[in-house]
Amino acid sequence: MADDKDVLRDVWFGRIPTSFTLNQDEVTEREAEPYYLLLPRVSYLTLVTDKVKKHFLKVMRAEDVEEMWFEYEGTPLKWHYPIGVLFDLHASNTVLPWSITVHFKNFPDSDLLHCPSSSVVEAHFMSSIKEADALKHKSQVVNDMQKKDHKQLWMGLQNDKFDQFWAMNRKLMEYPTEEGGFRYIPFRIYQTMSDRPFIQRLFRPVSPEGNVHTLGDLMKEMDPAALPNDGEPKRYQVVIHGIEPLLETPLQWLSEHLSHPDNFLHICVIPTPTD
Amino acid sequence: MPASRLWVVDVYGRVFSLSTAGQQWEQCRDAQMEFKRVTAAQQCCWGIACDNNVYLNVHASDLPIRYQEETYENQRWNPIGGFSDHLLPSDRWQWSDITGLKHQPLDSFELPSSSWEWEGDWYVDENFEGEPTEKEGWTYAIDFPAFYTKNKKMTSCVRRRRWLRYRRYKDMDTWAKIPSPQMETPDPFSDISCGGWEISEEPRGRLSLWAVSLLGKVWFRVGIYHHNPEGSMWEEVSVPGEVLQISCGPGDLVWAVLWEGQLIVRQGITRDCSKGTSWVEVESPSPDVGATHVAVGINTVWALTKDNKVWFRRGVDSHNPCGLGWISMVGEMITINVGLNDQVFAIGCEDRAVYFRQGVTTSELSGKTWKAISVPRDGDRSHSSASTNSLQSAGCFFSGEVRAHDSFISELISDREPAKTLREGGSAGPAVPEEEETLPSEGEVKALCADVAICPSQSGGPLDPQWSNVDLEEAQGQLAQTGAALDAADTSSLSSVATYTLAMEDPYGTDEHPLWAWVSGGGCSVDSHSHLNWFNSVNTSSLVGSVQSMSLSVTSAQTAAWRQQIFEQLTERTKREMDNFKHYEQAIEQSVWVKKGTMQWWRDWKPYKWIDVHFALEQFSGPEGNKDGILFIYYNFYEEKKYLHAFVNELTILVPVLNESKHTFAIYTPERTKQRFPIRLAAATELEMHDWLALLSVSCCHSRGIQGPPSKQAIWSITCKGDIFVSEPSPALEAMPYPTPCDQMFWRQVGGHLRMVECNTVGIVWGIGYDHTAWVYTGGYGGGFFQGLASSTDNIYTQTDVKSVYIYENQRWNPLEGFTNRGLPTDRYMWSDASGLHECTKTNMKPPSTQWTWVSDWAIDYSVSGGTDKEGWQYAADFPVFVFVFLRRKCKLTTTGPWQEIPPIALSDVTILPCTAQSNVDEVPLWAISNKGDVLCRLGVTALTPAGSSWLHVGTDQPFKSISIGAASQVWAIARDGSAFYRGSVSPQSPAGDCWYHIPSPSKQKLRQVSVGRTSVLTVDENGNLWYRQGVTPSYPQGSSWEHISNNVRKVSVGPLDQVWIIADKVQGSHSLSCGTVCHRLGVQPVEPKGILWDYGIGGGWDHITVRGNSMEPPRVRLPSLTDASAPAPRSPIPFRNMEVNSSAGDS
Repeated sequence: MADDKDVLRDVWFGRIPTSFTLNQDEVTEREAEPYYLLLPRVSYLTLVTDKVKKHFLKVMRAEDVEEMWFEYEGTPLKWHYPIGVLFDLHASNTVLPWSITVHFKNFPDSDLLHCPSSSVVEAHFMSSIKEADALKHKSQVVNDMQKKDHKQLWMGLQNDKFDQFWAMNRKLMEYPTEEGGFRYIPFRIYQTMSDRPFIQRLFRPVSPEGNVHTLGDLMKEMDPAALPNDGEPKRYQVVIHGIEPLLETPLQWLSEHLSHPDNFLHICVIPTPTD
Repeated sequence: MPASRLWVVDVYGRVFSLSTAGQQWEQCRDAQMEFKRVTAAQQCCWGIACDNNVYLNVHASDLPIRYQEETYENQRWNPIGGFSDHLLPSDRWQWSDITGLKHQPLDSFELPSSSWEWEGDWYVDENFEGEPTEKEGWTYAIDFPAFYTKNKKMTSCVRRRRWLRYRRYKDMDTWAKIPSPQMETPDPFSDISCGGWEISEEPRGRLSLWAVSLLGKVWFRVGIYHHNPEGSMWEEVSVPGEVLQISCGPGDLVWAVLWEGQLIVRQGITRDCSKGTSWVEVESPSPDVGATHVAVGINTVWALTKDNKVWFRRGVDSHNPCGLGWISMVGEMITINVGLNDQVFAIGCEDRAVYFRQGVTTSELSGKTWKAISVPRDGDRSHSSASTNSLQSAGCFFSGEVRAHDSFISELISDREPAKTLREGGSAGPAVPEEEETLPSEGEVKALCADVAICPSQSGGPLDPQWSNVDLEEAQGQLAQTGAALDAADTSSLSSVATYTLAMEDPYGTDEHPLWAWVSGGGCSVDSHSHLNWFNSVNTSSLVGSVQSMSLSVTSAQTAAWRQQIFEQLTERTKREMDNFKHYEQAIEQSVWVKKGTMQWWRDWKPYKWIDVHFALEQFSGPEGNKDGILFIYYNFYEEKKYLHAFVNELTILVPVLNESKHTFAIYTPERTKQRFPIRLAAATELEMHDWLALLSVSCCHSRGIQGPPSKQAIWSITCKGDIFVSEPSPALEAMPYPTPCDQMFWRQVGGHLRMVECNTVGIVWGIGYDHTAWVYTGGYGGGFFQGLASSTDNIYTQTDVKSVYIYENQRWNPLEGFTNRGLPTDRYMWSDASGLHECTKTNMKPPSTQWTWVSDWAIDYSVSGGTDKEGWQYAADFPVFVFVFLRRKCKLTTTGPWQEIPPIALSDVTILPCTAQSNVDEVPLWAISNKGDVLCRLGVTALTPAGSSWLHVGTDQPFKSISIGAASQVWAIARDGSAFYRGSVSPQSPAGDCWYHIPSPSKQKLRQVSVGRTSVLTVDENGNLWYRQGVTPSYPQGSSWEHISNNVRKVSVGPLDQVWIIADKVQGSHSLSCGTVCHRLGVQPVEPKGILWDYGIGGGWDHITVRGNSMEPPRVRLPSLTDASAPAPRSPIPFRNMEVNSSAGDS
């Protein structure tokens, strides 16, 4: 039988085949070929697209190049969401590879954060981890770590080192057995149909009566519209890492196994495809 | 954790128990009457029933309680008739005990009580000091008080022989009445409490049992021990007042409450005086309100006062049994009880629920909060839910016998019960459901009836029926089918009985809960870490189906649908998103990863010492994606920077060497193994060491492509620290004539702590801990410090082990003061270790490492061979002005590993048939020796259920110590007296065989251990000699004689290929000598079963190895004979002194 550890591995090594195409409005010296890449689902766009940038810069003049940003079918892609979340939210149920348009001009300041260097990604990533640990352990675990331990988490993500990352991350996933789980589950629920960026509230893994909370309980509390009503066809999919876990899956287990490296459980609510 | 039980009595006198692994109260079906009080130990439960008699319920164990009676038949030679019964007037009795002083003919032996039965008739013991006697067991001597020999000599004037007969305690798992003559206890008992099993080293079964009579007197039950669970008599203990209630802890604490409200504490309870000597009075917790109840543990005392307040006594331990003062606790309770590990249970005053005190640890004995145990009773839902329960009930709730109702409560109401008629006319044997409620009072009955009447209208669907009139003749079939009720009208003419359970009164089961009266946790092994399912019982009836499945605890999660769904979808996702795009470039290139740290290193040159070094592990991916790495140790040598390095794929083993002062570990390569000089490193903290070890271990496994659990062929070994290692054998390991050198074997650690481990070829692995607990391997890997990725999530459990640490107190005699602790300057330390070279005082002695914690205080060890005087002193044989006393303190380790406990019998040896089972469900023979020396056979062991189901006891005439079963079911064993035995006729049809054949040991040697392979039988004796059994053939499996192979052997393991592996005592390396080294016998083949020479593997510090899983046939290579000049020279000289082959020890 498969072991739960395999889930961690599958989550970490999830890849999205992507084709990067230069925006037609960009001025080029010659035609730019699309660039194909396997993007790690758990990483961030600006962290893994150095090769893309290098590829397109070859056909562009330096003065035409501003900050690179990405867009999918008219939607600017927020680099500070994990790549898998962006894909599930905007492009799941579409034909692969995922076709992303690359821009070097007209940075949409209202939609996107600037990302001048990978240290910005690092700062964002580490602050997510700290926020998640504040929810899980009142920050006790992350504060007990040394600077080099923080670095190990980041380097693990940056260099795609599963072992290196998890050697440290497992400490963030521990909890006292008698409590049955974390204090609160760090989660974010994204909806395509909503203007709010995401839902994030306090939610415990175990009810006051001692019952284990499930994904269904969470959704019922946070986004009841996402759940199917009896007898009606399912209108929404609840997607994590490109899969739809059953609603009775215990939330604590999900948090331990299907969280992104930033220690948040990113849940996408997307309309059921109509075929 | 093994399941153990919490015992309770409800307000109606029914006895229930709750398993630590369970989620419901199970009624003690055997209790045919109501009980007032119960007091539990792990192996039994005592109670006072409503007939005021004391009852004992000994829990069934696979190991019978049997007692060997013996008597001697004595004869004297006279010139006329030869040996005859005619003894001289000055002689002993013709039938006597061993001393000859007591007359005991065969018919003078009687069973102690009706709970015992004889196992067989008297027979003559034909063994004499490990040798078989001839001539009907007679042993001869010149005169009676003399030495006996088995051979008749010219001077033999008298002879005697021993007769044996076994009796067995038969009343297991039932309440057996303890006969009590009126003169012993004139007034009936009102309270009872057992404990005291930790004050001596007696095997489990010894108890102190205290009782209080209605007149306030206190009684002590004398003589309860393993072979006599009932005890022999009651002795009155004088008390300074009238006692209301008494409590006895597992150790030496006994407290009682007086009618006036004060408490008394028993003083002077010791190993030799379990009854104690005197009482000391302690004031009530509250000056105005007297105490009503007290409960004691090992180091804890709790009390209740008349106003139901709870009090905790501060500062109690065995030096100060009275403690220091009372602390008021929250909660209002009517009774309170302290169980094992000082855990506390109580019954709430208002709701009569059983409460468990959470958070009680050795450092925080008062715990944190009260938590109500909320689980249903087994009868509660049997009729209210679907047919699966009914199916079960058909088997469980109906007994074939008519129940005897002798209780006063049921008599009160018996005229109201239709069952009464049934009972009177019950000779035809219709079963009465045991579930039938015994009703408390007439008022209650009416209330219940009223509820019952309205129930059918409330219920519907699957909850139907709420109550039923069940035709007993057809009850089983009916219930098994649907659980539906027959129409009451149809059956009322037949003898029928109304059955209902408490749950029926209320289909939602919410506000009905049992009312408890008494609780006893003395048999309940929980601690603050235990995972209990007692508190999260879900109210199923009020929840919809989908919600029910989420209440699955994480332990049962692996089978859950949601989990399966995630696995399947992830696989699907991989297929969808990645399989067609493998040619795409990866966004992140693989690179070298370096982990650095600082450590100390035991440098390679003299003078050896710890020096500070920088340590780095560089990991990189090889061309085929396999990972590899290099280890660097950077050090300074005369101001010059130097480094030492090792390739990760060359490392053979990482051994943690925790000790109290440093967190060190050793790294071996084949070269270092030859030198017996590993790379030794010390990390700053234990945590850092574990991080490094886990990382290096993962790295080593990666580089060798090893992952997941050990294979079925794996070789298991154990170090003297109890650490467990496995190695994956390659076919080349047993190749001829060029096997893989065994210093190249790669060993990885598996979590857990064991003293020995045995495996077989289908992957069944059993281990035995230092505390003799039996463990079965669960198929997981990791555990211990391998957390996270190096460990499987499933199949890892908490494991504990207990071992003893010894120190000596030494004294010297001087003419003025006698023995004192004033020695001469040249003497050993007055407090020392066994060698006398190191000073070890009670206070400075630490547990072996930080993983261990003390669990007992220093105590004198009386169980030393050679015996001690009353105070535990032993006298130095050669130097009688010197005495020493052995002090022992137990320490406990808690770790995790892929092991599950097999309670309850403690083992000292185990062996599993190295079979090639055809299927997963074939039963595999497994034999074991209990730590008392009983031989046991495990039933129900298969590859799928490696733990088996139950023990079958195999009778022997003396205790055994080692056992081994060969591939052809040949069972060999070693008795404690050092002789060998062969078990005849063992086969799948007769798994326990029929009789023991005595095999004499090699002359003047006492055997210690045996291992049997395919055909080879090898033994090790007390002097470290390894013996091979010559002449073993299928028709004569006992063989003919012992042949010497080697000395300096500590342990042997013979595999299913007849391969021979040992733990050698001394092996010389180029840098140092090692003790406890794994060695492999080379050149073993059918024509040369004894092999030729030894190849040396990992060590020292190894204690145990088993190769009984490895049946991997070596590749066949045709080569000239081994003696050919082209054959490799032995890789190192054999350090063993060659001994003359001893072939004279045959018995044929």
